[in-house]
Amino acid sequence: MSINPGVVSQRSAIRATEATDLEELGEAAAEIQGRSPWQLAWARLRQDRVAIGSSVVIILITLAAILAPLIARLVGHGLGDQYPYTALNGYGLPVGPSRTFLFGADDLGRDVLVRVAYGARVSLIAGVVASGLAVIVGGVVGMVAGYFGTVVDTALSRFMDVILSFPLLLFAIALVSIVGPSLGVTILVIAFFSWAVVGRIIRGQTLSLREKEFVEAARSLGASDLRIMFVDILPNLVAPLLVYTTLLIPASIVFEATLSFLGLGVVPPTPSWGNMLSDAEAYYKVAWWFIIFPGGALLLTTLAFNLLGDSVRDALDPRYARLFKA
Amino acid sequence: MLVRVEGVVKHFLIRSGLLRRVIGRVHAVDGVSLDIRRGETLGIVGETGCGKSTLARCIARLLDLTAGTIVFDGHEISRLSRRRMRPLRKGIQMIFQDPIGSLNPRRRIGSIIGDPFAIHHISRGEERKRQVQELMRLVGLNPEHYNRFPAEFSGGQRQRIGVARALALRPKLIIADEPVSALDVSIQAQILNLLTDLQNEFRLTYIFIAHDLSVVRHVSDRIAVMYLGKIVEVASVEELYARPRHPYTNALLSAVPVPDPDRADQRERVILVGDVPSPINPPSGCRFHPRCPKAQNLCTEVDPALEVKKDDRPGHVAACHFPVEVGEHLSRARAGIAQPDREAAADLSPETVEGAFHPKERA
Repeated sequence: MSINPGVVSQRSAIRATEATDLEELGEAAAEIQGRSPWQLAWARLRQDRVAIGSSVVIILITLAAILAPLIARLVGHGLGDQYPYTALNGYGLPVGPSRTFLFGADDLGRDVLVRVAYGARVSLIAGVVASGLAVIVGGVVGMVAGYFGTVVDTALSRFMDVILSFPLLLFAIALVSIVGPSLGVTILVIAFFSWAVVGRIIRGQTLSLREKEFVEAARSLGASDLRIMFVDILPNLVAPLLVYTTLLIPASIVFEATLSFLGLGVVPPTPSWGNMLSDAEAYYKVAWWFIIFPGGALLLTTLAFNLLGDSVRDALDPRYARLFKA
Repeated sequence: MLVRVEGVVKHFLIRSGLLRRVIGRVHAVDGVSLDIRRGETLGIVGETGCGKSTLARCIARLLDLTAGTIVFDGHEISRLSRRRMRPLRKGIQMIFQDPIGSLNPRRRIGSIIGDPFAIHHISRGEERKRQVQELMRLVGLNPEHYNRFPAEFSGGQRQRIGVARALALRPKLIIADEPVSALDVSIQAQILNLLTDLQNEFRLTYIFIAHDLSVVRHVSDRIAVMYLGKIVEVASVEELYARPRHPYTNALLSAVPVPDPDRADQRERVILVGDVPSPINPPSGCRFHPRCPKAQNLCTEVDPALEVKKDDRPGHVAACHFPVEVGEHLSRARAGIAQPDREAAADLSPETVEGAFHPKERA
C-alpha cells in the first residue's frame, strides 16, 4: 500500500486553493484521488513514532522466536543442554552474563538467552492464538446478541456476565488439575476468559449499527440476516475488533506467564517466560540476570503490544485525524 | 390499482420492567386505507410523528402490521413471511431520508449499488459492474467513481446513489421517505427533477413522503394528509390546495410561507393551539378535536369517517364532521365544546390577521 498518490493530491490541493484560475482548479480536482478509510488509518499509523517503535520491538521479538534455533546454534548452546562445569560456579550457583553466556545461566546450568528466545515462541503463540480465538468467538456471539436482540440477547448477555464473574485463577487451577497442563489447555483457558469482554463491546456496537438506515436499506432489498450481519455490519466492526485484538495479545501473554509461573501452563522443560520467572524466584538475590531477562522480555513485549494497540485505536478513530498532518 | 392499503394498523408496544410487561402502546398508524394508482405520485404529508414513515415502512413490509391488509400488484403481502416476501421486494423499493446514514460508510459505492444484484442473484463480476455503472450514468453519477466510498460524495450525489440502488431491480413502486429534506434547496430541485425523469422513463409509481408542502405539491398527483396515525384528507393536488376541507389541512396549508410579503399579509393564518397529543393515548372521537377551531361536542365522541363531502369531486375525501367551506374564516371560528380549560386555551391564541382567505393557485 502506498500513500504517494495521497501526497501528490495534497500538494495539488494546496495549489488548487491558491489558484484563482478555475481551469487550474478543475485540473487539480481531477488529480485528487480518493483514499479509503483504511488507507487513511494506515497513513496516520505510519506517522506515529510510538507505533513504529513498538512495531519494531514486536518484529524483533517475533524474529527471535522464529530464529530461536539459529540463536542456539550461534551461541553453541542447545535448548535443553546443561553446562555444569562452565555455567555453574564452585558453589553450584549459576554464573552471570559473560562472553559465553550472554544473558547468564540458570540454576541447572542452561543458557538463559536461548531459553528466553524459545520462551518468546510460547508467549507469542499463546498471545496471538488465544486472543484470535477470543476475538472470533466474542465477535460472533456479540454480533448475534446485538443483532437479534430480545431473548437471544438476554440469554447470551447473561452468559457473558456469568463468565466475567468467574474467579478465573480458581477455575484455571481446577481445570488444569483435571485435564493436566499443556500449551493447548492454557490457550483455551485464556480464550475462554477473554471472549466475553470482546463479546460485550461488539454487542453494544452492533446494537447501534443495526438501527442505522443502511441496515434498513439492505432489509428493504431483501437481504438475509446472515448477509446483513456479515456484509453490512461486520465491516463497521473491524476497527474495534482490530483494536481489541492488539490489546488482548499482551493481556493473554501475561495470563500465560501467570499460569506458567503457577505451574499450570507450559510444562518444563519447555521454557516459557512464566516458568522461567518461577524458577528464578529462589535465586533472584544471587542471580539477578535469571529474573531480569525473562521479566524484561515479558515487559517489553506487553508494553510494545499495548502501545501499538493504542496507536491503532487512535489511527482508526477519525476524530484523531485532525491531530495528524494526514 | 398498484397498491391497496386497507385498515392498516401499526402499534408499537411499550414494555417495561423485568418481565417486559406491556404498559402501553404507541398508535403510530391507526386504521389507514389508501389506494395507489399505477404511475401516479401519491404525496403523504403530516407533522413529525404523525406516522407517515411508519405507514411507508408497513407498505414496504419493513415492519409487521398489527392489523389490516396490503395488496401489492395483486399479491396480498401483509402476512407474508420474510422468505416469501423476498421475490416481491423487487417490486417495492425505498429511498431513504438520510443520504449519509442510508449508505454503509465502510463499503464502496460500486458494491452498495450492486447489492440488489447480489442479493437476488441476478448477475456477478463484470456483468454486475457494467449494470452498476449503467445505473450510475442513469442517475447522473460519474461511472468512474465506482470504487469510491460514500464519504467522498456530496449530499446530493449520495442521494443519487440511493436512487440508483432503489432503481436497480426495476421496481414498480418506489417509496421515497423524505428524500430531499436533508438536502440544500438547490440540490432538492435536482433530485426532484431526477425522480420525475425516472418516473416518465420507467413508468414508476411513487409514494412520496414529506413534511415540506411545496415539495409535495411540486411532485405529487394526489396528496394524503395524515394526523396522529390517521388520514384526514385525500385529494388531487389541485383540489387539495384549492378547496381544503379538513381544518387541519387548512392550518397546514396556511403555514406555508409565501414569498410575496404583500400577499403574505393578506392571507389568513390558521394558528393551532397546543401540541400534537401523544399517540400513546390519542384523543377520543376525532383526533384533531383538542386543537380544532371548529370542534363541537360531536367531535369528541364520534370518529368521523373518511368520505366524499358535499360539493366535492369523487376522489376528494375528508374525515371531518364540519368540513371547512370555501371563504370561511377559520381563524374566527370558536370551538363549541363546553370545557372551561379549552376556552381558556383558546383565549391564549394570538388574534390572527383578518382578511379574505385566498387559496393559492397552483403554479
